[in-house]
Amino acid sequence: MTLRLQPPPRAIALAFLAVMPGASLTFAAAPDLADAAGNYGITSASRIHFTVAQTGGGGGIAGDFGKFSGSFRIDRNDVGRSTVEFTLYPASVKTGEKRVEDFLKSSAVFDTANYSTVTFRSTNVKQTGPDTAAVEGTLTARGTSRKERFSVTLLDWNRGSIAFNIRGNIHRSPYGMDVGTPIYSNVVEFDMNIKGQRR
Amino acid sequence: MLRNDRAGFGWVTIVLHWTIAVIILALLALGFIMRRVPIDPALQFSLYQWHKSLGFTALGLAAIRALWHVIELRPQPPAGLSPLEQRAGSVTHIVLIGLALAVPLAGWAVASTSTLNIPSFYFNWFIIPHLPMAKSAPAEDFWTLVHMTLAYLLLAFVAFHALAALYHHFARRDDVLVRMLSAGSHRRKRSQAASADPVIAGRKKP
Repeated sequence: MTLRLQPPPRAIALAFLAVMPGASLTFAAAPDLADAAGNYGITSASRIHFTVAQTGGGGGIAGDFGKFSGSFRIDRNDVGRSTVEFTLYPASVKTGEKRVEDFLKSSAVFDTANYSTVTFRSTNVKQTGPDTAAVEGTLTARGTSRKERFSVTLLDWNRGSIAFNIRGNIHRSPYGMDVGTPIYSNVVEFDMNIKGQRR
Repeated sequence: MLRNDRAGFGWVTIVLHWTIAVIILALLALGFIMRRVPIDPALQFSLYQWHKSLGFTALGLAAIRALWHVIELRPQPPAGLSPLEQRAGSVTHIVLIGLALAVPLAGWAVASTSTLNIPSFYFNWFIIPHLPMAKSAPAEDFWTLVHMTLAYLLLAFVAFHALAALYHHFARRDDVLVRMLSAGSHRRKRSQAASADPVIAGRKKP
């Protein structure tokens, strides 16, 4: 879904490489669409990391979700028709502080007793660069569904697997999770490394 | 009217006394509810932040009260108190002033050593920095115990202090309670006594 599919990028990217040495790795990793097309399952080696900034700086709240599942399909002919669906189990949240984890699972935040999953289903995928894309979709948490947007960068690829970095800023308040504001930011910053294994 | 004199309290002392009293009672109630009553976790978080902001307010006022206690004149104790009763009264007052400082300081230490590292955002207005103390679970547990123990001790002294005031008012029928209610009370009483006493009534006013 992030793949270079139109002919021009190779020439543009080569010119880009000349001035941006850092871009060379990602470009080199970008596969042809036909090679990468297919169905993938999201593996447990993926990392779903999040941070919530706190007022006055400091670490805020940072953690990972240990349990999740999902799949994506990279369309052979049109990246824009690629899809992704993802399910997160918020009860698996880990922050290194049990009291924070219990609070996040409680009725104050995820309310895992009543809402065991957070889901995302893409509705639109748009390639934004040789190895980047924007994914729009419906995020459902605590019974509220909203359109959210994530930016995707291709990290690594081979014939059997593919890895992306996915980032997105999600506002908590529309989902009824605005507890702790303004001490803690209303924005949750997601920084996820998603690994897909070809099915 | 603002300053104390030998007969009674001025308004500065009276307002500080009752403001601190109300805040301390509110803090004790908040502390009990947020720690001992099963409540909604979001509400509990909010109560903790109110408790911290009110606690810093109490600390600031208690510091002013302590300074005022040191520099300001103390009214004479009512006549007829034994030396032991006088001593008990003044020790209680010093302990109350000391605990009014120590309890919020220990609370500040809890917030400062807590591994939760939640900023103290004073009434969502500005951040009060943590004390320079190492964060660890044992340190947080220790200061929590100190904070709680001193708070219950303060509650005991507040109860003793209030009962003593009621004893003075209803059993001894002196002006110990009344003079903490109004700065003018003792002056009115004194002027009534002066007009009734031909010797005092004949004196010139200072």
